[in-house]
Amino acid sequence: MFWDQESETLSRPALEALQLQRLQQTVSRLAARVPFYQQKFAELGVGPDDIRRLEDVRRLPFTTAADLRAIYPSGLLAVEADEPVRLHTSSGTTGKPKAIFFSRNDVNTAADMIARSLVAAGITRADVFQNMMSYGLFTGGLVMHYGAERVGCLVIPAGPGTSERQLMLMQDFGTTAVHILPSYALYFANYLEQKGIDPRKDLKLRKAFVGAEPHTEQTRKRIEEAFGVDVYNSYGLTEMNGPGVAFECEQKAGMHLWEDCFLLEIIDPATGEPLPDGQRGELVLTTLKREAMPILRYRTRDITSVIAEPCPCGRTHRRIHRITGRSDDMLIIRGVNIFPQQIEQVLMSMPQVGRNYLIIVEGLDDLTVKVELSDRGFDGQVEHLAALQNQLVEKLKAEIWVRPKVDLVPPGSLPVAEGKAKRVLDKRSL
Amino acid sequence: MSATSLLAVFVENKPGQTARITKILADANVDLRWVTIANSGSFGVMKFLVDKLEAGLQALRDKGLMVSLLEVLVVETPNRPGALQSVADLLGRNEVNLANCSGFVANNRAILILEVQELALARSVLEKAGLRPMTQEEMLRL
Ligand SMILES: [Zn+2]
Repeated sequence: MFWDQESETLSRPALEALQLQRLQQTVSRLAARVPFYQQKFAELGVGPDDIRRLEDVRRLPFTTAADLRAIYPSGLLAVEADEPVRLHTSSGTTGKPKAIFFSRNDVNTAADMIARSLVAAGITRADVFQNMMSYGLFTGGLVMHYGAERVGCLVIPAGPGTSERQLMLMQDFGTTAVHILPSYALYFANYLEQKGIDPRKDLKLRKAFVGAEPHTEQTRKRIEEAFGVDVYNSYGLTEMNGPGVAFECEQKAGMHLWEDCFLLEIIDPATGEPLPDGQRGELVLTTLKREAMPILRYRTRDITSVIAEPCPCGRTHRRIHRITGRSDDMLIIRGVNIFPQQIEQVLMSMPQVGRNYLIIVEGLDDLTVKVELSDRGFDGQVEHLAALQNQLVEKLKAEIWVRPKVDLVPPGSLPVAEGKAKRVLDKRSL
Repeated sequence: MSATSLLAVFVENKPGQTARITKILADANVDLRWVTIANSGSFGVMKFLVDKLEAGLQALRDKGLMVSLLEVLVVETPNRPGALQSVADLLGRNEVNLANCSGFVANNRAILILEVQELALARSVLEKAGLRPMTQEEMLRL
């Protein structure tokens, strides 16, 4: 089954010719309209005329998350200011988010990519699609919603409600497919078991789309067994429209990356040099079809590799392996994006807190923050420590929206983080 | 000085902590005269009255423990029921917050250890009521 068979099965030469044409158009528009890229092109001495072959993309500048944050809130608009119809943001590590603007055509293109992806996984208009991702600024809600609607499914915009409500919707409307965070899927499986509900008999679920957080093949299997469904991996990021950048087909063997919309490179994250197919490195993406805010060579910080072999499904767009790492340390706990830096900010605002801390995530998303006291953090009174502990819990809750357990420990008792302090211990077996 | 200092040691609530701390003090030839442990969930504070304050402090710090000196007021009360209550009332009437209070009987003498924020105020209140706080030396002679 195909949503857009012609585009999805273009011969490689035709696909690459289309990519080159769209890359040239993109670079021309950026050179004419976007001061950020005009300056970068000038620094590198490169311009639209230099893009003669696809490999010439390597002459173009990278764009980083820091660039997008620095330009916030104006974005890198390549259209008139009244042209965009949609704004999404992705949360920032240092307080500032990244703002991504969509034109009407961009909204449509994103929906088409989702439609391709869902149909590739066997979704039809007969499906009842419950989207359990957060709606709002996060793309996992609206962007997926538009795509599923485009396929013709009945879409239930459930959002991240309580398990009780999710279950009620599934039972009342006969949900057949869900879009869900893998960690929440495991939690929800547990919930169903406690309620004495057997999803195979009591629900009509047949497919689950998981994404928005890295997970392992083992987690996929656990979800499949728990619900009796097929689980499809997906990849996306707000900067590249959100979900729908790459999706698994029914083969469930790597995610087809829609190469007519995105030019993909795998680079060595340390040197920026290109890596051959099959080798693991950082995924770098260039938008090829975006109007409102084209982005060149975006450093996703996600680690993957390209599967160059043709897929039995017939799609010619190459696949990428599941993401095996992230260069930034974002944690997703109970569906909330948490950056260790947010926790650090709170801790470091308290004079009684020392330099070292350790963030531990275990079990079903239980967050513990071990905090070393500073030398002046202890006056001999247990009441003051208890008050400090409560204060830290409340301040962290206000900052990260998840209530952590806070353990106070003496100075020097935590392992000293070396170099790039890795102060996160994620013991979840996802 | 009529205030007495205790050694207050931060302890994590895990097995063997009490033994470890008392051994450090014993190895430094520091005698324990009195001890109390205050717990709060995952951690607690052990408070010691010791004969050699500086030596005890140093020994514990050398082993990486977090130690603080805690100034307290020590008074002797008549060894009879209700004595503690009357001291607490006295302080309360004079708006002294009693953070902690513990007591023991040594050689038939009833001793109260009072932890307060307002040391000077508490001392004058006690003295006016005829309860003179003991010095560290007097404490150790008990
Ligand atoms: Zn395929």
